Amino acid sequence: MIGFDPTDEQALIVETVRQFVVNEVRPESRPCDEAHALSKDVLTQAHELGLVANGLPETHGGGGERSALTSCLIAEELAWGDLSLAIGILSPSLLGVPVTDYGTEAQQASLLPTLCSDSFEPGSLAIVEPRFDFNPLAPTTTARKDGDGYVLDGAKCLVPWLDGSGPVLVVASDEGRPQAFVVPRGAKGLTATPERNLGLAGLPTVELALAGVRVPEDARLGGAAGADIAALVDRGRVAMAAAAVGMARASFELARDYAKEREAFGVPIATKQAIAFKLADMAIEIDAARLLAWEAAFLLDEGKPVTREARLASDKARRTVLQVADGAVQVLGGHGYIRDYLPEMHLRNAGGFQSFEAMSLL
Amino acid sequence: MPISFELSKNSVLAREHYNKIALEQMRPVSREADTREHDLPQQWVDFWWNEGRKGSPGDPTAEGDGFVTVCIQAEELCFGDAGLYLRMPTAALGGSAVGAAGTPEQREKFMEPFKSSPHPVWGAMAITEPGAGSDSAAIESTADFDDATQEWVLNGTKIFCTAGDGASQVDGGFVVVWATIDKSAGRGGIKSFVVPANTPGMELVGLEKKMGIRASDTATLRFDDCRVPRENLLGSAEVRGKGKKPSGDKGFKGAMATFDASRPIVAAMAVGVGRASLDFLKEELARQGVTIRYDAAPHELTAIERDVMEMEAELQGARLLTWRSAQMMGQGKPNNLEASMAKAKAGLAVTQITQRAVQILGPLGQSQKLLVEKWMRDAKINDIFEGTQQINQLIVARRILDYSSAMLR
Repeated sequence: MIGFDPTDEQALIVETVRQFVVNEVRPESRPCDEAHALSKDVLTQAHELGLVANGLPETHGGGGERSALTSCLIAEELAWGDLSLAIGILSPSLLGVPVTDYGTEAQQASLLPTLCSDSFEPGSLAIVEPRFDFNPLAPTTTARKDGDGYVLDGAKCLVPWLDGSGPVLVVASDEGRPQAFVVPRGAKGLTATPERNLGLAGLPTVELALAGVRVPEDARLGGAAGADIAALVDRGRVAMAAAAVGMARASFELARDYAKEREAFGVPIATKQAIAFKLADMAIEIDAARLLAWEAAFLLDEGKPVTREARLASDKARRTVLQVADGAVQVLGGHGYIRDYLPEMHLRNAGGFQSFEAMSLL
Repeated sequence: MPISFELSKNSVLAREHYNKIALEQMRPVSREADTREHDLPQQWVDFWWNEGRKGSPGDPTAEGDGFVTVCIQAEELCFGDAGLYLRMPTAALGGSAVGAAGTPEQREKFMEPFKSSPHPVWGAMAITEPGAGSDSAAIESTADFDDATQEWVLNGTKIFCTAGDGASQVDGGFVVVWATIDKSAGRGGIKSFVVPANTPGMELVGLEKKMGIRASDTATLRFDDCRVPRENLLGSAEVRGKGKKPSGDKGFKGAMATFDASRPIVAAMAVGVGRASLDFLKEELARQGVTIRYDAAPHELTAIERDVMEMEAELQGARLLTWRSAQMMGQGKPNNLEASMAKAKAGLAVTQITQRAVQILGPLGQSQKLLVEKWMRDAKINDIFEGTQQINQLIVARRILDYSSAMLR
């Protein structure tokens, strides 16, 4: 039956996350952006809420309550707070979800308990490559079978790289098929260079150079069976669609509130149709994008094919967040352009969604 | 209802049922009905009266999607033909008005012919005037009460009255007419009146020649001392804003509230036309060996693939907004904001989708051998009637800003 209401349990989770976002995440939003670093306190506190661990398997210390839809709601709320912090907070999913879905028993046993432990441990997924024709399903980074292991060569970028000791999951072409490899951060031949990007300034990301990085045979995710990278890309698209909706909502609310306060020609500018209609369009498109993301997440939970829906939802959300963030800067005018206000940061963040491939997974 | 995008059994049955009607009963006569603009599409009207109105199969006692199913019916039938949909012998918006603002006695009386008449009958709503469209509070048609005969006397001219030919000319039908009983009271003085077909003083002056939905009769009606009984007023005769606020008044506000129910349906109609166009486009592309690669990297997409994906996302976005507003409506939740969001989104999205399909298909989009050009013409009305794009933006804006109509004009 068609429905649009979160369950009581989902509503409670959303409310909890929202309170956390208002009290803890938002105050750190601009400071993180300026410092090019995430607040450790916020990451630790968020971890205590179990937002990622709740969805990981019970056998390895997780909550066993996997739901793409619930994760979608969480991602929206967190990104409504701050996109960099949201991706940071959810980063354990970058390792947790692929290992849960495709990892061998040994890989699960070695990697999942850390993500479910008492202290925050980030995840890291290297999928994007620094080229305009980057294709997540046809990486130019290669994994070549060599003796009893693999040798990885290539370059990655936009790799979340939070303080931690865990490995990075590298997507590389293995005999023409994309596969994922568990690579220790200190692996020989692996060089991580911190990045500065248009957006996501608060989130530490790196460019990874892989020059003859040797990993053992059991580093391949899923062992002989391997992993379905296309399915992970779908999950990433839905997650990032939800995050885009969340940030768009934040941007819209700033514009709306500013327009009601700011007076020009003796009246609040929100009473002018030129502004009011722009805000109405924002609200409509955000809701449309959200419903598309929900539908894709719903299908994921149902185990149905979702490639089309995930693609449409992420493309729609990407267009929407850029349009809304740009509109918000416009509504604030000069104030939207200065860093005293958040819309300029939202707009910089919004500009990158085309490249934010699988920066979170659900 | 928890978040779910799986239709109930009844909705699935309804979709299949009305899709079959769309393809078997509507599409074959679609072009002809468009060409013979003011002729009654007899075959279709008879089909609907004899078969179509029986409804779709399914267990009426089973828990279902409620009003969403009504939207699915509208989408499927307009996937068939939007003009013929509007020409169906039903009470249409007239019925919605009687349902929303009428007493049980009024509902019983005026709706009876739609069950028992031996021949097809129509209902209609007459609001727009030559000098008042979106600003429906500015209407100038008048209703004066004649104490001697206990009748309302209507005077004025109504234009753009959908189904106004059938509703005014075929016995058993009726037109719900908006008129003011006190011009000095502004919108508070506006009431709606049920005028049965062929009431003396109601004259069908003409039918519009339109860009699209040509199978639909869009009438101009003139009221010249047209008398209806006292009990044909829907709602209370008391004027709001004068003296004490009457309780239970369903005058202007009641009339406007019918839009909260009709806008999801119009949005669904729009989605149906848009889908007709988009489905055809994808089928034609497939015939030419072009398939849409949803897993391709952005730089690999052709312009056509990019266009089609965007059209699909916008159409589905419009459909989901529509279902949300309908679902809330069915649950008795206020849906004024959501209904206007759906209508604004669907009207514009579908206008753009059908235009884009014509562009992409080039000469095929132009040709009257196909229906793509017709769908572009049919689609545009959805961005105009039942509240233009701009009126719905205005409603959405007021809601999100928490502004009254006085604060945001």
